[in-house]
Amino acid sequence: MATVGDVTPQRMAFTEALPLRSGATLADYTLVYETYGRLNADASNAVLVCHALNASHHVAGTYAGQERSEGWWDNLVGPGKPLDTDRFFVVGVNNLGSCFGSTGPMHPNPSTGRPYGTDFPVVTVEDWVDAQARLVERLGIRQLAAVIGGSLGGMQALAWTLRHPQRVRHCIAVATAPNLSAQNIAFNEVARRAIISDPDFHDGHYYEHGAVPRRGLRVARMIGHITYLSDDSMEEKFGRALRAAELGYSTHEIDFQIESYLRYQGDKFSEYFDANTYLLITRALDYFDPARDHGGDLARAFAVAREHRFTIVSFTTDWRFSPARSREIVKALVDNRIAVSYAEIDAPHGHDAFLLDDPRYHAMLRATFERIAAEV
Amino acid sequence: MSERKDLEVIARLVPQGARVLDLGCGDGALLAHLRDQRGCSGYGIEIADANVLACIRRGVQVIQLNLEEGLALFGDASFDVVLQLDTLQHVRNTRTLLRETARVGRIGIVSFPNFAHWPNRVRVAAGRMPISRALPYRWFDTPNVRFGTYADFAALAEDSGLQVTDSFGLLDGDIVRRWPNLRASVAVFRFERRDAP
Repeated sequence: MATVGDVTPQRMAFTEALPLRSGATLADYTLVYETYGRLNADASNAVLVCHALNASHHVAGTYAGQERSEGWWDNLVGPGKPLDTDRFFVVGVNNLGSCFGSTGPMHPNPSTGRPYGTDFPVVTVEDWVDAQARLVERLGIRQLAAVIGGSLGGMQALAWTLRHPQRVRHCIAVATAPNLSAQNIAFNEVARRAIISDPDFHDGHYYEHGAVPRRGLRVARMIGHITYLSDDSMEEKFGRALRAAELGYSTHEIDFQIESYLRYQGDKFSEYFDANTYLLITRALDYFDPARDHGGDLARAFAVAREHRFTIVSFTTDWRFSPARSREIVKALVDNRIAVSYAEIDAPHGHDAFLLDDPRYHAMLRATFERIAAEV
Repeated sequence: MSERKDLEVIARLVPQGARVLDLGCGDGALLAHLRDQRGCSGYGIEIADANVLACIRRGVQVIQLNLEEGLALFGDASFDVVLQLDTLQHVRNTRTLLRETARVGRIGIVSFPNFAHWPNRVRVAAGRMPISRALPYRWFDTPNVRFGTYADFAALAEDSGLQVTDSFGLLDGDIVRRWPNLRASVAVFRFERRDAP
């Protein structure tokens, strides 16, 4: 299938301070973003794609001269694809605190001149959405046709309808949850402790020490990765398969293929991801809880989103954000008589399914975007 | 309710502008009809992927759920009408779902194949299970798990505390009010909760 081809990230600097949920402000900042397709004359065909934990603004297309540089949702976004760039103007934006170009903990803190490190303010899903809204405005888009995201990206898509209800029409939230469960937070906390207890962490100021807390990052990624896969898919892919013919009778060498796979994932991740970013993003996940401002009543939180249309998708084998969590969102919408469609895709891949191209899943999203395209 | 005439008969039972929940809404044809012709809104419930997709293509709001798990998603009397058309025979916990229908909707409308339609009786009298337009499957590959008659449902409604406000049969899209238990291939009941205000 066709792709959007080679793309170039763009940068936009903001000098108006961004007030954050924590009470802190970010004095000035830069957002890195990419766009695909063309904005139509009345700017009604824009779709914002929100990224999850380890992704970025690079949603679709490739970088010239770079092998395997396809965007993270390239199977969904492109000419003739479910989110069709021949019809929509698609925007991917890198969130604040990330390590892929937008202002983050590795950038200089204007008040000290040193990299922020752990002094980078704690940013929330709502803060990200507020920053995205400014970018969207500067791109000349008064109202998005849709906002879409999976997992943490889905939380941002939901938050858009709550923070900026007048500025988006359709929300598509995939494999997400209305907040994190104790178990979800527990996994995040183990990952954070792995990073923080790495001797190379230096209280988050490792940049100045020329160090990288790789060991912590590796373990953090290994833990995270387990939660992205279903028990069945792990069993099918690895089972108890051994790397060698015989057991090694060693407590620290790799015997099982699953160990090898997790170590590989951890190693790869620790080469490109930033430890402070990992801490910030897992915290943003922990803090997301739109019901909290409404006495724990999610339906009351969504009362402002009455004019929106929602599409909620979950995957049966996703135990990180299970279908039951998506149904909580659907219930809150139904209680408000909000237009919502909900699909529960019977895919075997667990949480990761939202990034894959299961035909039922993609047909659903294609049909949804065709309805949206008919209105723009 | 694949047949157009049946669909229109049922649609006429739904008040103009009603909030409708359609349990087992299939490809969303009835909900689209109610939306376009009668200004209704609401949701369809479906379990089959292909039907969910068909609903989305039509712009019908659809929620993918297994009806066997009940209607916990929906509050009491949150819909004007709950439809359960050609669905009853596919569901195991018939009685629970009937009660849920009455809880969630002010009005419930149920339709299902009438096993007591006379050609079915003749077929059973001849010692074989019936096969007809309303009951098109062979006994060993039918998706139906419940078989009942017009008269059986009237008794179940009574037993379940439902006030039947209208009931009739359908045969080839025509309403049958005289001897429906014998003469109709499809039974239709419109009911409310007896304790409803």
